[in-house]
Amino acid sequence: MPKKRVAIVGTGQTYHKSHRPDVNGQELINEAVKRALQDADLTIKDIDAVVIGNMDHFEGINYVDCWSVDGSGGIMKPVIKLTTGGTTGSTLAIGGYQLVASGFFEKVLIIGWEKNSESDTTGAITTAFDPVWDRLVFAGAISGLAAEAQAYMAKYGATEKDAARVSVRDRKHACNNPHAQLRREITIEDVLASPMLADPIHLLDVCPRTDGACAVIMANEDCAGKITAVPDWIWATANRHKYTYLGDVNWGELDSLAGASREIYAKAGIREPKKEIDVIELYQPYSFAGIIWIEDLGIAERGKGAEYIWSGATDMGGELPINPSGGVIACNPIGATGLIRCAEAALQVMGKAEARQVPDVNFAISTGFGGCMWSDMLLHGKRKPDF
Amino acid sequence: MDRAAVIGVGITKIEANKVKETFADMVWEAVNKALEDAKMTIDDIDNVVTTSNDFWDGRTISCMAVGDASGARHKNVSCVEGDGTFGAFYGLSRVLSGSYGTTLVTAHSKGSESVSSLITNAAFDPIYDRSLGMDMISACAMQARAYMHRTGTTPEQMAMVSVKNHGNAMLNPLSQLPMNITVEDVLGSEMISDPLHKLDCSPVSDGCCAVIIANEKRASQYGSLPVWIKGVSFCSDSYFLGDRELSKAKSLTQAAKKAFSMAQISDPLSEIDVAEVYDAFTYQELMWLEAMGLCQDGKAGINLEKGYYGIKGKLPVNPSGGLLSGHPVIAGGLIRIAEIVKQLRGEAGAYQIAGAKKGVAHGVNGLCGQSHCVWILDQEK
Amino acid sequence: MIDIFADVEPMVFKSGINVPYSWWAGETAERFFLALRDDKKIMGTGCSICEKVFVPPRKVCPLCFQENMAWVEVSSEGVLESFTIVERQLASLPRKAPVIFGLIRLDGADTSILHYIEDADHTDIKIGMRVAAKFSDERSGSMHDIDCFRPVR
Repeated sequence: MPKKRVAIVGTGQTYHKSHRPDVNGQELINEAVKRALQDADLTIKDIDAVVIGNMDHFEGINYVDCWSVDGSGGIMKPVIKLTTGGTTGSTLAIGGYQLVASGFFEKVLIIGWEKNSESDTTGAITTAFDPVWDRLVFAGAISGLAAEAQAYMAKYGATEKDAARVSVRDRKHACNNPHAQLRREITIEDVLASPMLADPIHLLDVCPRTDGACAVIMANEDCAGKITAVPDWIWATANRHKYTYLGDVNWGELDSLAGASREIYAKAGIREPKKEIDVIELYQPYSFAGIIWIEDLGIAERGKGAEYIWSGATDMGGELPINPSGGVIACNPIGATGLIRCAEAALQVMGKAEARQVPDVNFAISTGFGGCMWSDMLLHGKRKPDF
Repeated sequence: MDRAAVIGVGITKIEANKVKETFADMVWEAVNKALEDAKMTIDDIDNVVTTSNDFWDGRTISCMAVGDASGARHKNVSCVEGDGTFGAFYGLSRVLSGSYGTTLVTAHSKGSESVSSLITNAAFDPIYDRSLGMDMISACAMQARAYMHRTGTTPEQMAMVSVKNHGNAMLNPLSQLPMNITVEDVLGSEMISDPLHKLDCSPVSDGCCAVIIANEKRASQYGSLPVWIKGVSFCSDSYFLGDRELSKAKSLTQAAKKAFSMAQISDPLSEIDVAEVYDAFTYQELMWLEAMGLCQDGKAGINLEKGYYGIKGKLPVNPSGGLLSGHPVIAGGLIRIAEIVKQLRGEAGAYQIAGAKKGVAHGVNGLCGQSHCVWILDQEK
Repeated sequence: MIDIFADVEPMVFKSGINVPYSWWAGETAERFFLALRDDKKIMGTGCSICEKVFVPPRKVCPLCFQENMAWVEVSSEGVLESFTIVERQLASLPRKAPVIFGLIRLDGADTSILHYIEDADHTDIKIGMRVAAKFSDERSGSMHDIDCFRPVR
């Protein structure tokens, strides 16, 4: 049992776009922060601590936690920076949970942000890998994803068309989300006809580059109910950042997500995730992951992911909608992306998701993905946890 | 705050250039030292927090380089970017939240592999002032000037910090620059950025530190001597140097007040037996002591002349030799915590402070001490 | 243990992070730089609640978060709050050492800006002395549109 139970009481996002030339980084951060404060009906004076993160080499600014205080509101407050690559946003959410659960702070402001338009994203990501062993032969994020997709296709016979169905779903969902960057429906034919980036991944299979920020306010059980009528309770968090070298990865399965999800299900007493979870905001940077990773989550059997997607079960109105927000394929300000998943899951639980609302959400999952095939995960619930 | 303790520490030797060791090699060494110190195995560690910085490491997602070496493969793990005291704070939070019984915290950097002037220049705002070309040394020199002007602290007093800390380092086998020097040596060393001479500045260093934090139940389970965490607080000032009152560390004063109050210490000066503070530059040791309330404002230089801060003084400060004798950034603050733990256990060897019961450790983030983290540690529960 | 590398030079892999950056200034900074470039004016923004004028200008008050910041022209003269004379040719320096950096509190502003101090006798520079901006002849919209600050004699 945590010392203090923790809930999300407010969220704020920018309207994510490919370029935001009208604001600098601090000003972008401030937009999300002000929206979150407004959502929770709090002022910056009510905030006890700030948790912030991004990926350093996407903006080229060292000590971002210190640099950003004009926008984050961190002046004369405790400010801490967490950064773990693509998982940064979800790592921040877990960090916010821990800081509140520990009893150190009552209300914590969590901020993830990125201005991907300011640098060469692939050039920066490539430097994540070991300079002696991996960096010289492996470029950017997409090559790892292509390796995963190829391994899965070889094992289970999934097709590019199966993956395209996932892109079509997410892009359709994104039309309901005013914050998403890409809000235009696409067809399976569009995906298959789009340029091949790294076989088998087409342009429309992958996430865009986005400028955006997200802020989430977490509060402890003593005040959460006073701030908002329906808080989003954090039931459990878990992560696995297993691999250091690309050659170590078990390609074709995301065992980091399998490990994290089993830990969460065990903590929360969830036996049949497919039935007990009502909605998932999956950090799914490319379409094939929409097939593979639901198997790791225990939602579909091994090799049956595509079948489950084609059944329409994960569409809006299906038995387990995935990415009502449109997900990462429609919007990807990397340092914010994982936190956006968390915020969107919170909106679903709080009943504030407007046109993208899934009815009667009791349990939601948000995930983060990044690094060397790493995963983070949070379980959100409408009911206050009983442990 | 619920009870928690540091139950194991491991520090590598601090060196100018660990050319034979990768980040992972350093972390592996520090982690195994800490586990041995705590009488634990890696299986007794519930979760891991690594501390690193992508700029210093020349690597995006710098934590990826040390995941294996810190034993994090099958555990929950996170990464703090900033000084090790902040990493340790997050590690402590993860224990106090009830999520985990033990946290392994690591912090590493290799200053030798990069150009510190360019890396710290990247901490300046890219739109307004980065292109002017300031870096950490020149910015801190400007702060030193402002501090000297306000308090009347002299170059000789600052030099005495260097003399004291390099002298203390003679007793610490892990330190990089043990030196028997004089005030004249410091004042005669190269003027890098007036008023800071070469010997007013900490060196570029490689090193790693690991610390194991446990909740009350687990703290006494393995047989090492726990050192109890009584207060921790951190706070950030404004960002732009021109927004701050540069000669004062307002955020440190606030963090220290809060930490002392958590530890129920009302008169820090009489209750604290030993301090390890972030002496990246000589003037900082004096300035931080005053801001923390361990000395009357503006009087640290005079007290130093009186010998208060020596190993046998009223309040020994940086008996390990401090950062002036070896400064692996990021690890810097975590080493301060580990050194206080050694003191309170009576295991500091030749630089042991007799009868030390309570100590304070301190870490810094950002330019000119924008953000500070203060730890109060106690021999007693 | 025998050190098999005893007579071997340690291998070192050299690399660098070569990522090009183009930072959007944003509308607030753009206005500051346009005024500097076109009119040799130094602009700040003021918060009426906190009663503070910030230079560089802020879009939102960093202290109270209100958005109604008023544009204010501040003087190109002010007081030297602190300084350093950089003697070593640090890697970050774009000019030849010695270079003097100063924090200048411009008249009308409540914060200071960072810039170069030139044409000053090194033994004569003092905190509290008055300095004035020397604008560059060719201005392109950056902090270098101010060439430096010089003592007011």
